[in-house]
Amino acid sequence: MTQTAMTTKTAPGGLAFMMPVFNIIRFLLRSPTSAFSLVIIGALILLAILAPLLATHDPYLQDLTNVLQPPNGAHIFGTDELGRDIYSRLIYGTRITLTIIGLVTITVGPIGLAVGTAAGYVGGMFDTVLMRITDIFLSFPSLILSLAFVAALGPSLNNAIIAIALTSWPPIARLARAETLTFRSSDYIAAARLQGASPVRIIVHSIVPMCLPSVMIRLTLNMATVILTAAGLGFLGLGAQPPMPEWGAMIATGRRYMLDSWWLVAFPGVAILLVSLAFNLLGDGLRDALDPKQMNRR
Amino acid sequence: MTISAGGNAGAQASSAMHHRALKVRSFGGHLVSILVTLFGLLVLTFVIGRMMPADPVRAIVGEDATPDTYRMMYERLGLDRPIWEQFFRYLGDVLTGNFGVAIRTGQPVINDILHVMPATIEMATFAIVIGACLGIPLGVLAAVNKDKWVDHVVRVFSLMGHSMPIFWTGMIGLLVFYAALGWVGGSGRMSGFYIGMIRGPTGFLLIDSLIAGEWDIFYSALNHLILPASLLGYSSSAYITRMTRSFMLDQLNQEYITTARVKGLSQRDTIWKHAFINIRVQLVTIVALSYGGLLEGAVLIETVFAWPGFGQYLTNNLLIGDMNAVMTCVLIVGLIFIGLNVLSDVLYRVFDPRTR
Repeated sequence: MTQTAMTTKTAPGGLAFMMPVFNIIRFLLRSPTSAFSLVIIGALILLAILAPLLATHDPYLQDLTNVLQPPNGAHIFGTDELGRDIYSRLIYGTRITLTIIGLVTITVGPIGLAVGTAAGYVGGMFDTVLMRITDIFLSFPSLILSLAFVAALGPSLNNAIIAIALTSWPPIARLARAETLTFRSSDYIAAARLQGASPVRIIVHSIVPMCLPSVMIRLTLNMATVILTAAGLGFLGLGAQPPMPEWGAMIATGRRYMLDSWWLVAFPGVAILLVSLAFNLLGDGLRDALDPKQMNRR
Repeated sequence: MTISAGGNAGAQASSAMHHRALKVRSFGGHLVSILVTLFGLLVLTFVIGRMMPADPVRAIVGEDATPDTYRMMYERLGLDRPIWEQFFRYLGDVLTGNFGVAIRTGQPVINDILHVMPATIEMATFAIVIGACLGIPLGVLAAVNKDKWVDHVVRVFSLMGHSMPIFWTGMIGLLVFYAALGWVGGSGRMSGFYIGMIRGPTGFLLIDSLIAGEWDIFYSALNHLILPASLLGYSSSAYITRMTRSFMLDQLNQEYITTARVKGLSQRDTIWKHAFINIRVQLVTIVALSYGGLLEGAVLIETVFAWPGFGQYLTNNLLIGDMNAVMTCVLIVGLIFIGLNVLSDVLYRVFDPRTR
């Protein structure tokens, strides 16, 4: 009996590991706003994967006989100043957006966690120095600091990603440190220490998992900011360069034709707004799902 | 008896002194941490400005300068000196208020910034008033109606403000309210017709035109200000709404609110005269911090509205690669941010009785 219980518990292996994820998704689907955000983000990922199938035109193909066409049957979102199909460019733009979000998140998450948990656990001078450094980064609005980094590195999509990553780890580090401080003196950490676990082991095995929920929430909310900062950099000509179909850059070039051809500006903007809103709503929903402490405050 | 009373009084006095000493020490510690942050800020701007691939000499002498000219400028900027010596030179320059000359205007950078700052402050101030007037009541409304439909609507409305790319909303706003409806003025601070007619003492157009009694100009300036300031205000109201709601919920869950309700106080008085009174101080600090955050939106919205302010100055210099001017702007933003942080801290200490 015990044997079967054990096997049913462990047999699905990977699937058992996925159970919390399913539970969270089920929780999220119950709230209309979180469900909406999941739909948008799911659509974003699908569009990025299936871009070649869904796009009706080559996003880079110019057709100078067909410039600035309003939305019509052949081009459902119209064409831009070089006759390129705006719908297809938006679809391919999802790949750029997802690349930016993905790269920033996988760099910022681990760095922020490492700095924050180490500072919180080790304490003392080490903590003071690390937190001073994060304070310096936090004394700028993220866009301004990204602007400065990109200006120095030279405008390009890669440099924009580096700049955004450089400016978005400090809030994560702050959060991870605050969480660490609340666990640091708890009994289970003391027990691990008495068993002879090294500080690195304690941080990796006992502290990081406890920080993960709030860090995940913060990272999700951060994705919304990343999208807006990247689009802002693209708009100022400091991010993705033409002819890349980056949404912010598309708005920047469309700006010159805006008064007569609203569709050049309207659709990319709606795309940015939807995706950014979706990540904000998802972060909000995750806070309810993962963080019972926040339940009565939220 | 007397002895014990005296001892008691002595203990009280010493405890008060101890308290004061603690306060001084905490203020001292605070000051040190501010100074360390300021120093770090300078290190950061120095590192970004000097050690990155962009070539400051090229930016000044131009692409087709002779090697001799290049060499001369290289030495004049002190780039042949060791890096720590360059840093101390930079530190000295900043402390004496010498921020160098902007390539584009040929004027000292700091004069340029002082010249453009009023335009940005005027917009940001207008925006924060709109943001607070929108965000605070909405936050209270959401907290009082927690988990009802009003709460959800407020949440989505304020998240929208937080999620919109402000440069895009600015353009759509211009398309709708200027081009289509004609309700507001277009880009710039006033109609082209009036430019140069006001050279006021403050640089704030609304105030200067009032002093001069030029009602036409005042109206034109207001007309041009209202759209970008409202959009900026809406985007900043998201954070204010969220914090107001969270502060209010903290209060509404407390027992004195139940007491107030039990004793028959009206809902309006309970909310505004009891709960709201207690979050005023926190709100002031939040609004002060949001004011700094507006600088970020200002960079983008000034570009869209051709607003001759700090944000446009920053982006113009970015595009021509004048790192000196750019880093000075960044430094100023950092200083404003730290200043606002200190200010909100001071406000908190002054107004919150618990910190006394």
